[in-house]
Order: sequence, then C-alpha cells, then structure tokens
Amino acid sequence: MKFNKEVLFKPLNRANPVTVLVLGICSSLAVTAQLKPALVMGISVVIVTAFSNLIVSFLRNGIPNRIRIIVQLVVVAALVIIVEQVLKAFAYEMWKSLSVFLGLIITNCILMGCLEAYALGNKPFDSFLDGIGNGMGYAIVLFIVGFFRELLGSGSLFGIKVIPKALYDAGYANNGLMILPPMALIIVACIIWVQRSINKELQEK
Amino acid sequence: MDLLNLFIKSVFVDNMIFAYFLGMCSFLAVSKTVKTSMGLGIAVTFVLVVTVPVNYLLNTYILKEGAMAWISPKLAGIDLSFLSFILFIAIIASIVQILEMVVEKFAPALYASLGIFLPLIAVNCAILGASLFMQQRNFNSVGESTVYALGSGIGWLLAILGMAAIREHLKYSKIPAPLRGLGITFIIAGLMGMAFMGFMGIKL
Repeated sequence: MKFNKEVLFKPLNRANPVTVLVLGICSSLAVTAQLKPALVMGISVVIVTAFSNLIVSFLRNGIPNRIRIIVQLVVVAALVIIVEQVLKAFAYEMWKSLSVFLGLIITNCILMGCLEAYALGNKPFDSFLDGIGNGMGYAIVLFIVGFFRELLGSGSLFGIKVIPKALYDAGYANNGLMILPPMALIIVACIIWVQRSINKELQEK
Repeated sequence: MDLLNLFIKSVFVDNMIFAYFLGMCSFLAVSKTVKTSMGLGIAVTFVLVVTVPVNYLLNTYILKEGAMAWISPKLAGIDLSFLSFILFIAIIASIVQILEMVVEKFAPALYASLGIFLPLIAVNCAILGASLFMQQRNFNSVGESTVYALGSGIGWLLAILGMAAIREHLKYSKIPAPLRGLGITFIIAGLMGMAFMGFMGIKL
C-alpha cells in the first residue's frame, strides 16, 4: 500500500473543492458566523467524505452503473446519520446550532464529486486519502471564513474575547455586518482573489 | 391569509439562496445565461412542490414520535425521526427519477427544455433543505407545506434569474484578472444577499 501524497495534499490548495472546483458551498457558509460550529462542521465533513469514499471504493465493482447515485446517497446518508446522532448525544448545543445543515452534508456536492470522480475508479486506500484531502480543503476554507467573521463580527475567537477593552474605549466597534450571511460570500471571494493572485494558472479568461 | 403570508415570507424573507445559502452550487454553476437559469429554476420549483408534501406525509404518518399510532396503539411509542435524512433523500431521488420518466413521456417539449437539469436536482441542497425545514418548523397541513415549497421554489427562481441577468452584462466590464469568473460571482451574490436582507425586518 503506497502512501500517495499528491492525492492527499492537492485538494488543500491547487484543487481546493470550494474555491477552485465550486463544490459544497451550499451547506457550508451559513455555519461560519462563529469559529466553533465552522470547525465542527469541517470535521464532520472530513469524516463523512473519508469513510464514504472508502466504502464506495470497496463496493465499486459490485454497484450496477444505473443505480449508482442512489447507492452513493444511501451510503452517505447512513454516515451522516451516525455523525448526527453522535453529536446529538455528546454535544447537544452544537447539534442544535448546526440544525438542518448537518443533514445537508448529504447533498454536499463535494461528496458526490469525490465519489463519482475518484472512489468509483480507484483503490480503497487512495480513495480514503482523497476523501480526507477534499474534506480538509473544505474545512480549511470554513476555518478561514469563520475566523474572520467571528474576529471582526463579535471580536472573539471560539467565544473568547480577544480584542482588548482599551480598543473599544478608543472607539473601535464590532462590525455587525460580518455576522450576516452575505459577508460569508464576500470573504470567500476575497480568499479566491488572494489564491488566484498567487496561483496565476487558476485565473479565468 | 396565513397561507399568503407564508408564501411571501418564503419567497423574500426566508429566501433559500440569500438567507440560507441552499442550492448555491447550481446557482453559481448554471447562472451563466438567463435561458438556462429559467429552465433550472422551473425544474427546481416543480420538484420542490412535489417532494415537500410527500415528505410531509411521510414525516407526519411514519417518522414523527408517536406518528404511527394510527396503525395500532402499540406503535405509538416509536420515534423514527433519526431515519428522516435517509428516507427524505431516497424519496427525493426516486421522485426525481419518476418525474423524469413522466415528463419525457407526456411533455416532450418540457423535457427537452429541462434536459440535464432534472436528474441533477436530486442532489440540489435546496430540495432536501426545504424538506428538513418543513420537518423542523412543524407545518400543520399538506396545504401549508405545499405553499412553503412553492414559495421557496419561486424565491430560488427569482434569485437565479437576477444573477444570470447580471452575469450576462458582466461580459462587458473590466474585472481584475484574479477575480474573473468565480470571484466576482461570489461578490455579486453577496451584494444581492445584502439587498434581500432589506426584507428581513418585515413582520407578516
């Protein structure tokens, strides 16, 4: 079993699922107003992508081509239910704040993208790495967006105040706009901007 | 009157795209021209109006805690709500499949114009999202859930049409190279979201 570094690390930057492939924006941005739910969501997605890739890759020779989408959805949905029930049992508050967005991991296009493009044609171990890589690529974007939104919007990180009181006394105010949904999109746009200025080959004509 | 309120609320205030980011992937990928956006928007609305009431019935008569009491009193203590994800998505996938066959058979013109969009809709988050919101908000009747589905669908249609119209004009503007394509689309979606937030304070 060879450890394929390329498969694991490419999705973190050059083939990032969110900023380059435009997958999985749907269920992600609404949870990034604070860092903690963003992190939990990121970890959940890593777990689900990794294991669904592994399972589908094991099944790949047995799945009839015509019903493969339904089979994939069932595998993914079962994994998401496990993650959801674990969170509900051990982190109830977090489960509540993520609400329907946990369930929406099922229709996260990253999953279908990985499964269709990679797991159906590759060995289980490589697919597992691909799943972790893509999940991490997604989690990193969530983390960056969550970091800026919570820092600028509430002046805190992980719920702990980090901006000193002296700054508020000097007239600094939290930017309430950062908490609202549209800013998530604009921060992602900024990430894309920075990323594409560094990696020129990603620019569109 | 309540139904009208619900409709307006789900079109503007709780807009699927700008308030919850649902269906974002296809919203960004397909909004290049007005014509295809129209096709996708209609397909989404159509599928929503069919699937949400079906999932509502499934939820009320089978999944909810105590929902199976109508079969026999012994089943009243069963709570199957943890199965809702898997059943909702299975229902959505199969309804989309059936719809595709029915539309192909009875309305070939519509089928040709919807084309590849119909099968893709099974994995559109807006569809599953609407079913999950339906479950979370405890709607009281089939009528309410249908109206909610129709409103969400039309809200989605409006959003993608607006986006496509703006993107058609973007071809003629000067955009910094790294922002071209995806980046500027995100920014436009953000700005449109801000405009839609004007509806947020409305109490109906």
